[in-house]
Amino acid sequence: MNVPADLRYAKTHEWIRLEGDTITVGITDHAQAELTDIVYAEPPKVGAEVKAGATAAVVESVKAASDIYSPLSGTVTEVNSELSGNPALLNTDPFGQGWIYKMKASNSSEIEALLTPEAYTAQIS
Amino acid sequence: MSDPNTLKHSPLEAAHIACGARMVEFGGWSMPVQYSGIIDEHKAVRSASGMFDISHMGEVTVSGPGALVWLESLLTNRVGKLALSRGQYSLMLDEGGGVIDDLILYRSGEQEYFLVINAACRDIDLAWMRGRLPADGSVVLNDLGDAYAAIALQGPDSERILRALAAGCEVPKRNRIASLPGFEGEVPSLVARTGYTGEDGFELFVPVAKGEALWNVLLDSGVKPCGLGCRDTLRLEMGYPLNGSDLSRERTPLEAGLGKFVSLDDPEKPVFTGRPVLESQRAKGLPAQLTPLKLTVQGPPLRSHYPVLSEGSVVGETCSGALSPSLGEGIAMAYLPAVLSTPGTSLEIEVRGRRYAAIVATLPFYKKPAA
Repeated sequence: MNVPADLRYAKTHEWIRLEGDTITVGITDHAQAELTDIVYAEPPKVGAEVKAGATAAVVESVKAASDIYSPLSGTVTEVNSELSGNPALLNTDPFGQGWIYKMKASNSSEIEALLTPEAYTAQIS
Repeated sequence: MSDPNTLKHSPLEAAHIACGARMVEFGGWSMPVQYSGIIDEHKAVRSASGMFDISHMGEVTVSGPGALVWLESLLTNRVGKLALSRGQYSLMLDEGGGVIDDLILYRSGEQEYFLVINAACRDIDLAWMRGRLPADGSVVLNDLGDAYAAIALQGPDSERILRALAAGCEVPKRNRIASLPGFEGEVPSLVARTGYTGEDGFELFVPVAKGEALWNVLLDSGVKPCGLGCRDTLRLEMGYPLNGSDLSRERTPLEAGLGKFVSLDDPEKPVFTGRPVLESQRAKGLPAQLTPLKLTVQGPPLRSHYPVLSEGSVVGETCSGALSPSLGEGIAMAYLPAVLSTPGTSLEIEVRGRRYAAIVATLPFYKKPAA
């Protein structure tokens, strides 16, 4: 399973990427493989307040709907509009074109509580 | 769900693991939900061929001089119209007209019938039937569920594959059963031309010890292993009901739209369990009707237990639902008041608090393109 070294991870299989004060959120390669064919994604709305550990988005495979938990608390600034027409991006490029939303964190100390790539790799192996 | 320690295992489980199956619990059994992916497997069955392990289903033979009369009293369809080797879909009801199980029954001998029943209902069905056997011994019931491995070969290439598999095999016509040479054992090997996908296909019943050999020869013929995931999307595209989702003790076959498998108007059909309730429903009007629904907007895949609304009020809930892989549309079944079940009626389906426009559709949802 691919676990990029420049990201931080939630135990619930989401990743974050830090660029300045913008945080991008998606699901991991491991998560997409477990979910199988993703046919629908419901990202949060721009401007929505999200809380660390609370449901922020839903992705659905043919078989099941799965909640996606926000790794951090804060405000959603952008959502990936490509996912509505092509939810399979979550399967084919989970760390790239399959990102789900961008946010500004309200409590940057939460980042420290997330897993390092090494710790996440250990969790899924 | 069931206790994992009591989960039953298919005789083909090792073959599934070797094919990369993802196993899940279904009806008390550990069964494959998918291998290569539900959409990929679904499309293989629609365009070429796929195979499903159906060893979890129950096989029962009913024989003896009293078999016909006894089955007539238990089942909704008229058994007496079956010529030798023919099969029919039928329902077993309780006294309230509710569905205990839906099944396929073949006349496998002059006085012998071969029944295929649902996995989750095996114990219930057998207890129901055994409790009603005539005391005079004129009917013999044999539970062969653990003696058979069974595989459904489905898809437009099925006949060609079956002919190659069993050279000289009598290929039965639709809804008929024949013996399958080459897989002899403790119980007779059988091939029936039926299925649960809407495609041409066969259900193959072989002795447990021959199951893996049959699976492997089909695999070598290029048939794609398919799991319960696409079995569900395929059957729902056809509007075939699933017991436990669309059928239950709370609903009659008339409410489920299965009237053509209930011989109420056949003068030769004797009284059967549940019949008075069906007659009364027919006289008074159905309290609800199983209705096909289709989203008219882009939306999430439909699933069971989503509220269905008419003019803002909840009028029912979905019992089966999916994103149809063939159509790319959300499809579902719901019990609705009869006035709302006319095709074209506008409704809404609520998913996670959001309402999506839907209409009453016609069955099947998926119609095969003209060849």
